[in-house]
Amino acid sequence: MSVVLEAKHINKYFRKPVLFHVLKDINFQIKKGEFVSIMGKSGCGKSTLLYILSTMDTDYEGQLLLNDNLITGQTRDHLSFIRNKHIGFVFQFHYLLSEFSVLENVMLPAKKLAEKTHEEIEFDAYQKLKMLNIEHLAKKRASRVSGGEKQRVAIARALINNPSIIMGDEPTGNLDSHNAENVFNIFKQLSDEKGLSLLIVTHDEDFANKTDRIIQMGDGEIIV
Amino acid sequence: MTNWKVILNIAKTHLLTKIKQTSTAALGVTFGIGAYITLVCFMTGLNAMLDDLILNQTPHIHIYNEIEPSENQPITLYDDLKNSFNVVHSIKPKLTQKKIHNALPIISYLEDNQDVYGALPQVKTQIFYMAGSIELGGNLTGINPVDEARLFNMGDYIVEGSAEALQNSDNGILLGIGIAKKMSLKVGDRVQISPINGGVFPLKIVGFYQSGISDIDAIQSFTNIKTVQRILGKAKNYITDINVKLYDIEQAMPMSKKIEKQFNLTAIDIKTANAQFETGTTIRNLITYAVSITLLIVAGFGIYNILNMLIYEKMNDIAILKATGFSGKDVQLIFMSQAMIIGFVGGVLGLLVGFGLVSIIDTIPFQTEALPTVETYPINLNPLFFVIGFSFAMLSTFLAGYLPSKKAKKIDPVQIIRGQ
Ligand SMILES: Nc1ncnc2c1ncn2[C@@H]1O[C@H](COP(=O)(O)OP(=O)(O)O)[C@@H](O)[C@H]1O
Ligand SMILES: [Mg+2]
Repeated sequence: MSVVLEAKHINKYFRKPVLFHVLKDINFQIKKGEFVSIMGKSGCGKSTLLYILSTMDTDYEGQLLLNDNLITGQTRDHLSFIRNKHIGFVFQFHYLLSEFSVLENVMLPAKKLAEKTHEEIEFDAYQKLKMLNIEHLAKKRASRVSGGEKQRVAIARALINNPSIIMGDEPTGNLDSHNAENVFNIFKQLSDEKGLSLLIVTHDEDFANKTDRIIQMGDGEIIV
Repeated sequence: MTNWKVILNIAKTHLLTKIKQTSTAALGVTFGIGAYITLVCFMTGLNAMLDDLILNQTPHIHIYNEIEPSENQPITLYDDLKNSFNVVHSIKPKLTQKKIHNALPIISYLEDNQDVYGALPQVKTQIFYMAGSIELGGNLTGINPVDEARLFNMGDYIVEGSAEALQNSDNGILLGIGIAKKMSLKVGDRVQISPINGGVFPLKIVGFYQSGISDIDAIQSFTNIKTVQRILGKAKNYITDINVKLYDIEQAMPMSKKIEKQFNLTAIDIKTANAQFETGTTIRNLITYAVSITLLIVAGFGIYNILNMLIYEKMNDIAILKATGFSGKDVQLIFMSQAMIIGFVGGVLGLLVGFGLVSIIDTIPFQTEALPTVETYPINLNPLFFVIGFSFAMLSTFLAGYLPSKKAKKIDPVQIIRGQ
């Protein structure tokens, strides 16, 4: 099976307020179609790792490969392009553009990519919304939908450009158990049916146990 | 690869959802540009009118024979006293003719010059207006009326009658309005005039002259050159003054110097004769631009403020856009376009407001004795002002938008996302 994402000897330091070795020699691979969760105590460096993997943070040592291409050291503009085309990101807090409609939020990354016509993008966006059972919200303002719905809109947005991998930083951390279950099922379905790779940080033991593999972190290191 | 459609769409949505702040910022620009257009059109209109009042009827170069005391007194010719200190009391000016020697050849010489638009001869003399037993002192100038109207806008100052009427009459006179009032004369009446060296000549009034300067209007009248020459009993080549109009007023000074040297005559250029007018014009322009620029700077700070605020409020949006693949440049362009849209809308509205105000001012009656041809407030509707005003709006909003948008470009999405 091909490797989608590979981290080689990732080290990161925070220099302020004091020098702090936050990530220590992180090595792992994620294969195509794999559903991986990351667990670990609060403050052990999970989010920091995810920001590096998502190419938003470039201040680290080591190498990062996406689909066997070296990402480390690319220009900012190219990293933006990689994020746009290959990486879908879901946050703990539902990060949507509150003044835009649900549909526009989902379409935006595809419009930026500009590989398809407006009509095709709109069709795709409706497909994703339908898959997540929220197509009836398409025309609503993003600020007017509930928390669980927002998270599903964020997932639809992460999917719009058919990325190589979806990353989530505690995407269910802010949801009640019913909605959390719902989001997990969506991820599971994407992994099983569409062969999508997923890397999800979670605190939820039940959630993690249902994934293909758990990466256990502690104090900036991978324990298991 | 910049995707303008998406960027403009995001900019538009941001602006529309913050319509209050947006309109405030745009109104600032509108106010600045509107004031600029109104001020500059009105001020330059006023300038042009005031310039017209004096400068348009003033020749660019005025050539005449100045009566001066002679440099060389007879004693300087006496060789024996060459090395002594001579004091001569009560020097009288040499009695030379007022007449310009060879005036007609000089005129044709000047007219051949490429820089010269036209050169007109005049005959100036002092006369008395006779009204029964009363004699009023005055000036009579012989002119070529139609040429004067063409070159020096004489027609603007003829309140009754016309330059052609004077040109076509052999013994007509264009009487100063002040004299006409004093002597209760109307067009068609006859007026008796008498030159200093005697004789009385009846002339027929073909029109009235009003310069707007009442001291002049109370003494000055005009006739044809040949009429004056006949009254004075002089020949056809008797010319006292030559007035020159140039294509380029800037040439007046060097040209007058050249004429003085070449013909040994006095030649005064318009700038020297009316130096105070230049100063007034410059200061009025200075005030106009100072006020407009101040208004636009205030408007610019308004935009700067509002954009800064907007970016602060939109931190989350910026982080999301960057996280989903928009580059720093995209984000900068989003906020730059917001500034430019504000500048464009505000600027265009400002031009319209300015045009409206100017059109209104243009209809307000403004009648003054001094300016017979002016009926409403003077306005100079120069398209160039609108181009300048619009460019200025775009430039000031560009500058006001640049720093905030640069800040937005630099925002680190990780910091924002962590901060939540
Ligand atoms: N910008 C920063 N500067 C300094 N220390 C930081 C910064 N961001 C996070 N940290 C520290 O790094 C450690 C890891 O943080 P984080 O990756 O957010 O942990 P987690 O997501 O696993 O809870 C924590 O101890 C946190 O206090
Ligand atoms: Mg975290």
